[in-house]
Amino acid sequence: MMATEKKRVKGEVLLEIKSLKIDGLSEDVWNPIVKGIDLTLRRGEVLGLIGESGAGKSTLGLAGMGFARPGCRISGGSITFDGMDLLALSEEQRRALWGSRIAYVAQSAAAAFNPAHQLIDQTVETAVTHHIKSREVAESDARDLYKRLRLPKPETIGERYPHQVSGGQLQRAMTAMAMSCRPDLIIFDEPTTALDVTTQVEVLAAMRDIVEQFDTAAIYITHDLAVVAQMAHRIMVLRYGKLVEESTTRDMLKAPTQDYTKTLWAVRKLHKPESISEDIILRAQNVDASYGGSIKVLDNVTMQISRGSTVAVVGESGSGKSTLARAITGLLPPSKGDIYFNGKPLPRALDGREKDTLQKIQMIYQSADTALNPRQKIRDIIGRPLEFYLGLKGAAQDRKIVDLLEKIELGEEYIDRFPGELSGGQKQRISIARALAAEPVLIICDEVTSALDQIVQEGILSLLMRLQKDTNVSYLFITHDIATVRAISDEIVVMYQGRVVEQGPKSKILSPPYPAYTELLLSSVPEMDPDWLTGLLKKRSEKTRVNA
Amino acid sequence: MTTAAAPTRNIKARRTAYQNVVRTLKTAPISAWFGMIVILVYAILAIFAPLIAPYGEAEVVGKAYQFSSADNWLGTDQIGRDLLSRLIYGARNTIGIALITTLISFLFGGTLGVAAALKRGWLDQGVSRIVDAFLAIPVLIFALMMLAVAGKSLVNLVIILALLDSTRVFRLSRAVALNVVVMDYVESAKLRGEKTSWIVFKEIVPNILPPLITEFGLRFCFVFLTISALSFLGVGIQPPTADWGSMVAENKTLITFGNPAPLYPAAAIALLTVAVNFVVDWFLHRTSGLK
Repeated sequence: MMATEKKRVKGEVLLEIKSLKIDGLSEDVWNPIVKGIDLTLRRGEVLGLIGESGAGKSTLGLAGMGFARPGCRISGGSITFDGMDLLALSEEQRRALWGSRIAYVAQSAAAAFNPAHQLIDQTVETAVTHHIKSREVAESDARDLYKRLRLPKPETIGERYPHQVSGGQLQRAMTAMAMSCRPDLIIFDEPTTALDVTTQVEVLAAMRDIVEQFDTAAIYITHDLAVVAQMAHRIMVLRYGKLVEESTTRDMLKAPTQDYTKTLWAVRKLHKPESISEDIILRAQNVDASYGGSIKVLDNVTMQISRGSTVAVVGESGSGKSTLARAITGLLPPSKGDIYFNGKPLPRALDGREKDTLQKIQMIYQSADTALNPRQKIRDIIGRPLEFYLGLKGAAQDRKIVDLLEKIELGEEYIDRFPGELSGGQKQRISIARALAAEPVLIICDEVTSALDQIVQEGILSLLMRLQKDTNVSYLFITHDIATVRAISDEIVVMYQGRVVEQGPKSKILSPPYPAYTELLLSSVPEMDPDWLTGLLKKRSEKTRVNA
Repeated sequence: MTTAAAPTRNIKARRTAYQNVVRTLKTAPISAWFGMIVILVYAILAIFAPLIAPYGEAEVVGKAYQFSSADNWLGTDQIGRDLLSRLIYGARNTIGIALITTLISFLFGGTLGVAAALKRGWLDQGVSRIVDAFLAIPVLIFALMMLAVAGKSLVNLVIILALLDSTRVFRLSRAVALNVVVMDYVESAKLRGEKTSWIVFKEIVPNILPPLITEFGLRFCFVFLTISALSFLGVGIQPPTADWGSMVAENKTLITFGNPAPLYPAAAIALLTVAVNFVVDWFLHRTSGLK
């Protein structure tokens, strides 16, 4: 079972999948998820699988291990790994391969680690239970891997528990865990999707290095093209369980042949000309806020929003973006400073605010799944603010609901559905309609597109922009996605560790000279250029050398 | 913007509530069917007891301690009342009282539990600690003690058992409500300026109902067993009212003479408990996806 039994020859075929078909069970019926896909992976090659959610990319990636998720079955085709037919092996034989020769790195490292054990114990666990190495050898190897993955204090970081390291560090520790048996194949399933751009760069660089160092073959699953362009030698574009296009990364970036691939490439066609009016509707003045009193999450924040414009708040997680929204809505009363709405100071706490102030400031959430009550029909969800604020009832309310549904490009037929019967993008549209029903002046959008696919995002953003044109509503747009900011904002507020680094018009913030943090943030956004990461790392290391 | 058209999907016509019920029942396992039929039979017996029972509840029809015969199918008890008739009336009393007790305990404990989860702070702390104290004492012993203090009456029995049981209900409803109150839709309702009652009954309660209904079934069994146990000990439902627990107590010595009289009410208790558990198990699996 040792990975080193056979001499590894770079370029030799490692994994071969032929006309693979996978079905998924839903409502007692087997529906095809993967509809006949061929895939060949050679040793030392990184293959990128790309597509929107539901394209079957994760299912295909897992099939590379000979594994089907519960509720899925492999109904046709063959999977050959290093000369072995994975489908013909027994469960026992396959389990012996998993972990030792084929490893898997999941999206959420926080959910994949056991919070009750130290990192190093979990890193070496597979190698030790598969009897590949003794515990001592495995542990010293793990420390070596931590070092190669550029984790801080590689000698001692293994003694920490998962909650004692950051998300990016945990993701690298999981890569170390996958690497500990020196597998022939690693499957990365959206490993950086949950990370900030600034952290993502480090994790990507570390993963790419280590895969290269050991000539490991890898399948890299993601929906982010710019990321896959840095990692993969070859890209397969999937849609509805079928292959759309396959070619080397450079060829595909240069000349995609299929229309669908082109639309994936041509994201962010939206562009909003900057317009900032003098009419300030909301102003936060020297606002401090904290959870539980000790640490300031907002530190002397001053920013403003003018009527009919979009103010984007950017920063990595923990920078206080969402807390700013909570302070404005009154959910977290500021400990110092005031928030002025239409020139008048707002009561700090939610309880003290008048109904018509509440009506004027509405909120849209990141996850429409938790923002819409699953037990209420669309009629009740949109109808409630109409009744509550505007006193509309019966037929008048129904007419207005249908009106709103049409505004968000959904039809009348959705009125009696439950949120569970809608897609992610449609649910987010319902959230928008609910906010709009109150006829607000300001809508706070908290990461409203980050849980959605690229194409769906585009639809939501253009809808928001059209609604702004129609109703002259202002948006406070909280996001960590710089591409979105570029597309739709008028003004930008950059936040870091609870403080405002700068606020200004888009054209000013997004052009040099930048303050140091803004530059770090902007330069970390992956670009559609396979040499971007290499170039960036070179530039950064030169800079540190100059500084030193 | 998108070029390739999405594969067409058959949009199903909306199912009516009746179709939903039929569809759900079709997938019910045998154990659940068994449970539902047993419960239905018990319910019919309880509701139509005066029509079904051959004799009156406290009517003396013959000699004491008779074995089963054509006139008295299950024989007679210690003062010559028809056992079958008392068994049927017993369904009415035991189940009815258990149902009322469980309902009260859910109204009381459930409301407090959701309120504690929503408000947190001193309300949550205060009620939770009191409940902890109550939970430290075994129910049966606590109930015996309180009944001794308050006096044995039906009203006291119901109030005391409901109160003791509501501590368990509080625990569960608080725990499940805690997962719901952090949802964005609850926050969204707060931001809209909704009153607490609206948030509780429109946003939270519909989402915690499945586990609560399941718990209702289980609690009902426990209450019903506790009432039977208290009656057996002589402090529960008082004679001449027919009740399964006291029927076991009254006839318990007969078992030594080979008369199965005490086994009938005991079997009635056991059968109902098993039946309710079957149904509740099935419901829990359906709503939680538990395997």
